Formats: sequence, C-alpha cells, structure tokens
Amino acid sequence: MTSATLRGRAWKLLEMVTTPLLPSDYLDLVSPLRAGADLRGRIEAVHPETGDASTVVIRPGRGWRGHTAGQYLRIGVDVDGRRLWRAYSITSPTDRRDGRLTITVKAVPDGKVSNHLVRRAAPGTLVQLEQATGDFVLPQAKPAKVLYLTAGSGITPVMGMLRDTDFADVVLVHCAPRPRDVIFRDELHGLAANGRLRLTEVHTGTDGRLDVARLDELVPDWAERETWACGPAGLLDAAEEHWAAHGVRELLHTERFRPATVVTGEGGEVTFSATGRTVDADGATPLLDVGEEAGVLMPSGCRMGICFGCVTPLKAGAVRDLRTGEITEAEPGVLIQTCVSAAAGPCDIER
Amino acid sequence: MTAIDPTAHLTAEQIEELGRELDAIRDEVIADRGEQDAAYIRKVISAQRKLELASRGVLLFSLFPPAWLIGTAGLSVAKIMDNMEIGHNVLHGQWDWMRDPKIHSTTWEWDHVSPSDQWKHSHNELHHTYTNVIGKDNDLGYGIMRVDEDQKWQPFHLGQPLWNLVNACFFEYGIAAYDLELGKNLGKRRRKDPEFRARARAVGRKIRKQVLKDYVIHPLLSGPSFLPTLAATFTANLVRNVWSHSVIMCGHFPEGVQVFERRSIDGETRGQWYLRQMMGSANISGSRAMHFMTGNLSHQIEHHLFPDLPSNRYAEVAVKVRALFEKYELEYVTGPLPKQVFSAWRKVVRLSLPNRKPKVRASKRGQEVLAA
Repeated sequence: MTSATLRGRAWKLLEMVTTPLLPSDYLDLVSPLRAGADLRGRIEAVHPETGDASTVVIRPGRGWRGHTAGQYLRIGVDVDGRRLWRAYSITSPTDRRDGRLTITVKAVPDGKVSNHLVRRAAPGTLVQLEQATGDFVLPQAKPAKVLYLTAGSGITPVMGMLRDTDFADVVLVHCAPRPRDVIFRDELHGLAANGRLRLTEVHTGTDGRLDVARLDELVPDWAERETWACGPAGLLDAAEEHWAAHGVRELLHTERFRPATVVTGEGGEVTFSATGRTVDADGATPLLDVGEEAGVLMPSGCRMGICFGCVTPLKAGAVRDLRTGEITEAEPGVLIQTCVSAAAGPCDIER
Repeated sequence: MTAIDPTAHLTAEQIEELGRELDAIRDEVIADRGEQDAAYIRKVISAQRKLELASRGVLLFSLFPPAWLIGTAGLSVAKIMDNMEIGHNVLHGQWDWMRDPKIHSTTWEWDHVSPSDQWKHSHNELHHTYTNVIGKDNDLGYGIMRVDEDQKWQPFHLGQPLWNLVNACFFEYGIAAYDLELGKNLGKRRRKDPEFRARARAVGRKIRKQVLKDYVIHPLLSGPSFLPTLAATFTANLVRNVWSHSVIMCGHFPEGVQVFERRSIDGETRGQWYLRQMMGSANISGSRAMHFMTGNLSHQIEHHLFPDLPSNRYAEVAVKVRALFEKYELEYVTGPLPKQVFSAWRKVVRLSLPNRKPKVRASKRGQEVLAA
C-alpha cells in the first residue's frame, strides 16, 4: 500500500470519527493556516501610505503558491459580519524573506471593503484568500527599455513589479491629484535618487488630467518601450488608442480595475443562465414567479421568505428584497431568496 | 381549541397595523445585524467543538467513574448546543447573511439522524408556514398524537402518553421518521416511489454514520473503556433527545396555545399570519443559560414571528413583542420550563381521552362580526 492510499484511509477513518463535521472543522480551530486548509491569511500589520491608502501585511496559509510580480489576488474580508470579496494587486516582491505578502488598498468613497481595510482592519484578523492571478506581468525575457504608466492606485501592481525586478532603463509616469496623494512617494523618490528609475509625477489636481499625447514630451522614446499601464478606464482607453495609432499596440500591457458598480433600478432583464432563458421582469414580481412563468425549474418552499428553500446563486446584477427594500449585488457565493427578491436592474440567476 | 376566540376583539385594521409594527421590529434588527452577531455565532460554534472534543477525550478514560460522569455531561451539553442553538438556527438561514459558506443553511449538517435538507423541508417550510393548522402542520402531535379537542378521537389515542414518552427518548429517530413522512409513505404504492426511496436511503446513510461514530468508533478508540463509552454516548443522546423534546413540546403544546382550522388560512394576510404565529406559540421563561440551552426556542413566539432573525436577538425582540401583546390585549403564553412541560404533558394525557365538541371556532378570529 502506498503512503498516499494509507493517508487516504486514515483520513476516511478520521471523517468517521468527526461526522457530521469534517476533521478540518476541528483543525481549523487550532491551525487555520495549515497546509491542506482552505486558503486563508492572517493580517499582521496595516501601515498607512497616504491619507486614504494603507498597506496590509498578510501571512498567507501554507497553501499559498506565491505570485508573479504584477498579479492580484481576491481576498474575502468580513465587514460588519458579512463576507465580501475584492481583488487587490500584490505590492510585495515575489521573494520576500518572511513569506508575507502585501496588498496596498486605497479607500474609495463608500467602498465597504477598502475603507474597512484602510481604517479598521486589525492585526490578527483572519481573511480568506484565493491564489494570485492575472496576466499583467513581466515577460521572461527582459525588455531593454520599460515604461510604467500609472494613475492613482494603478501604481500598486507596478510597485510589485518595481520591487521585484530591476531593469536597466525604467521610466515611471505616475498621476495623482496632489504630491501627498502619491502612494509609495518616498520609496519611488528613493529609487529615482539611486538611479534605478526615472520618475515623472503628474499632479492632476493642478495640471489637469494627463493627455497621453504629452508623452512625446515627457518620455520622447515611449514608442520604443515595453509599457505597462494601470489606472482609470479613461487613461487606459486613451493609451490603447494612442499606441495603436502609432502602430506599437503590442508593446502596451494594460490592467483595468473593474469597477464594482452594478446598474440598479426597478426591474430589468433577468437571465436564467443554467437554462439559457432571458425574460423581462418588473421590480415587484418575485424572481421565483418570474422563473416559473418562464418555464425554469425553480426550487421553492414557503413562498414568503421564511424557509430558505428557494435560495439560488445570484451571478450578476442586483436584486431588491421586497420586504425591506435592501439591495443585494452579485458577488461570488451570494445566494438570494428568490421568493422575496425582485430584479433591481439586469441580473443573472443561476437556474 | 378554546371555546372563545381570544383575538375576536381585534378589527381587520388592527391586525394589519399589528403586522406593520412587527415588520418594523424585524427591519430594525436586520439593519443593525453585524460584527457582534457574527462573532457570537462563531464563538458558540467554536465552544461547542471544543466541548465535544474535550468530552470525547475524557470519555477515552470512562472506565473511571468520574471521567464517565464528566465526559457524559460534557457530551450531552455539546450535543444539545449542536442541535439547538447552532443547528436549528443555522438551518433556518439565520446566519446566511454572513455569507460564510461554512455557517450557511445550504451547507450545514448537524449531529442528528435526520439529514439537514429533509428536516429543513418539514420544519422550515411545512411547520413554519402552516403553524398550528390542523391537517397542514404535522408538528401538531407529529401525526401520532391528538393535541386539540377539535381533532377526532380514536382508540389509538389512548396510548399517546406512552408514544410521547417513547418519542421523547428516541426523538431524533422520531424526527427522521417524521421528516420522511414514514407513516404515510409506508403504504405499498408510496413505498416504491423513487423520490421517497432516495430520501429513505439518505436517512439510512445518515443513521449509519451517526451510529457508527457514537456506538462503534468512539467506544473502540476507548479500548478498555469500550462499554462505558458506549453507555456514555447512549446517555448523551438520550439526554439530548429528552431535552429537545421537552423544549419543543413547550413551543406549541401548553394550555393557552391556539390551533387553527385548515379553512382559516385561506387568503391569510401578513397581519393574520403574524397573529396566528403569536397565538400558536408559547415561550419558556428563565435565565440566560436556560435560553441558550434551548437554542433560544424559549423565545418560541419571537422565533415563529421572525424565524430568520439571529437567535441571539430574540431576547431583545421579546421585550417589544410582549409590549405588542399587551397593546392588543392578547395572551402571551409563557412560564418556567417545569410548568410548561407539565402543562403540555397534562394536555397529552387529557386528550388521550375523548371529549365533547367546543362551541365557537377560532377560525373566525379577527372578524369584526365577533368584535364585541
């Protein structure tokens, strides 16, 4: 018998000991970061960077497979008791000695998770993690000349790259409203002083938004540089157009922070993605009725919101609780009670 | 059923107003739900697991009487916590708002022979929707007892004090059979129904796992303490069963609780539904420890009004609910556990004998005709 099958059998026996729970339910009590556990991390410190941005130092669980500079991770944080998931770029280098990783978070107005992480997260808190992902990364072969074009918190994946990999010739053009809004300002100026980086700060509060045509003046050889750009959609759209117009589109890599805003309204187009049906619904008809009328097989129960027999994943869009008016937006793992929820804008129900 | 409808003095408008006031109480808690509530359930779950683990550990040495006593007591409490404050409430979806997939009504499995999904159907859906409606809510006597004067008496009912006692001792099996609607489904044709067979197999699997754990694996692990550990787990299950049965019997059986006719819920409004929950449930008074050990089902009235509110909030909700009972001049049935258990048992015994029909039907509740 191989050791793997032996381990398998031992685990089966252990499951018989702990049923109906799993051995991991008990192990999680003492060692939530162990190998084999669901991937989690423990917040060890939160360092302020600017007035509204902080770096969160996380000790990841043993299952963490590391990352490539420029990638992001999805993190599940309990805010007011409710688990919310967001994606943040990793700002630590890949070879950090202590095995910790950092994300740097900018508090966005009304952002539940970002404000929580920047202002309230306490060391010792457990967070849920997913493995690093994203293809906004550096190539295997080192390019001779590099341009980083960033704005606001768009600096975060690029900071991960800067801390990770040295290039002979690097230019960073970074936009922020005011000098004090520049995240990592001291470190960037330090790199520039050491000659590892040529830095141009654009202060949009006084100079206005960056016109990409100005790159001719700021970085005359921009079209020869392999470029990584990250920032608001407006900047990235303009950059893509500009690079394409000059026939160097393949040198430009962009990373978009997809906005979490969902269109909400009264009623909307409801997609039942498992069945492949789409129907229009008003803002007052329960989605259970909408689905049944469309011929979708919907689980149902008490039809008054008390039995939780009709809960179904909400994959996209938003719904309104017909009893409280509360809006629920789609996030991975979010289940809604279809008998007391109506469409609040276009939405996708996994049925 | 009482001869006089205790809600007859309320007008239709008053009943709807009452409904709105209860909705407001619910909304207030929902708006305020947060970090502390989440911390509460996590703490309870963690404490339950530690207690169960420690008790099972002590029982490895249950050959020594003090270890047997401590381990059995600990395991009994752990099992009660699992079923009552945690299992029952998680399976109601009370903690679904946390979006933690591990503490969620769709994933939770409890230390009980009835699989969660089957129990959720018979309890959350049938019992909570049709609370105390004769013929629709099978929790009324679990199909084996007569609990109201209006139900037809049959000679079979003479034995119901005994059925009730047996049911109390093997309550989790009673619930599993009840969730399977075993009585109804044992008829020849229904027995072959593939859906019923699948559910029966699921119960069989769950029973096998539970029995194997409690009566084979853990005793075996105890080595020389095999028999004492076996006796300990049997005792813990018995204690848990009798305790849950007693608490649950207090919820709808004591004197003063109303039952309703099938017809009475046709076209029921939100306010009338609330009123039925108020009149169809009874509370247990007592200390915080008492409320905790009953899984807050001591606040049965509040639980029936708001089955999906987190259980740790029922105590504060109860103050407001009770004020509404007073405002609308309704009887808030409550009392200490021994009194309520005695009251429920007395009813079980009394109704094992036939009786004369009552005069006025409670199905007329809320109608102005009766408002005197």
